Amino acid sequence: MANIQSHVEVYSKAIGLRVQRHQLLASNIANADTPNYKARDFDFSAAMQNALAGRAASGAMPLARTAGGHLSGEGMTGSAHVQYRKETQSAVDGNTVDMDVERAQIADNAIQYQILTQLIGDKFKGLRSAMAGTQG
Amino acid sequence: MSLFNVFKVSSSAMTAQSMRLNTVASNLANADSIVSSNGQPYRAKQVVFEATPMGGGEISKGVRVRQVVESAAPARMVYDPKNPAADEKGYVAFSNVNVVEEMTNMISASRAYQTNVEVMNTAKSLMLRTLQIGQQA
Repeated sequence: MANIQSHVEVYSKAIGLRVQRHQLLASNIANADTPNYKARDFDFSAAMQNALAGRAASGAMPLARTAGGHLSGEGMTGSAHVQYRKETQSAVDGNTVDMDVERAQIADNAIQYQILTQLIGDKFKGLRSAMAGTQG
Repeated sequence: MSLFNVFKVSSSAMTAQSMRLNTVASNLANADSIVSSNGQPYRAKQVVFEATPMGGGEISKGVRVRQVVESAAPARMVYDPKNPAADEKGYVAFSNVNVVEEMTNMISASRAYQTNVEVMNTAKSLMLRTLQIGQQA
């Protein structure tokens, strides 16, 4: 049997992406009145596919290392390809945050996160009951 | 845990919005002021927000107040020759505060503040849920 980490690997990757998305959406809401701020988000399913395949996002631009002493740089944030949201009704000051969209998305994201915590908890519950099975 | 960054971001936004509310309060309080501390008519103050990176990476962006600007609108001139502050033509220069503008500013700031509190609460409940993983019911 595989180790416990691989047992919950898919969920923990998903939960990491949910946390990233929550940070993005919270930043959008925080900057709802900041001039020239552009709302950002990423496509969760594409990011999840990237994370499962173990590759960086298609838009990622890792720094080229031309000498041994160079540090490696990700350039983008892992498997999530952060993009600017499409403008629908932007403000005169160049702000593109649409409060209704952001609030709906953050509620959605929070529910999905809670589903994931529930699923991870259930996985552990399964392991626990497998271990306790013979002890009556 | 990077959900802590949400706390930082939301609280920076709350600080910025309360500064905005503070300027609104001082503008409304001085809506009928004739002279300010510098001897000139009071000028309405407005805050200018700026996005600022917060926590690690590009993902979290908080808010801070970059500067407080004074409105360039002309002073409200009222004809009142009996007033000791009146000029030689009998006009008194009142502050250039636009009360309607300030009221909408106030509502907007208070709504934004409330939304950020809500975001913070959501992050908090998510973190508490995370702590409960693996606990026996």
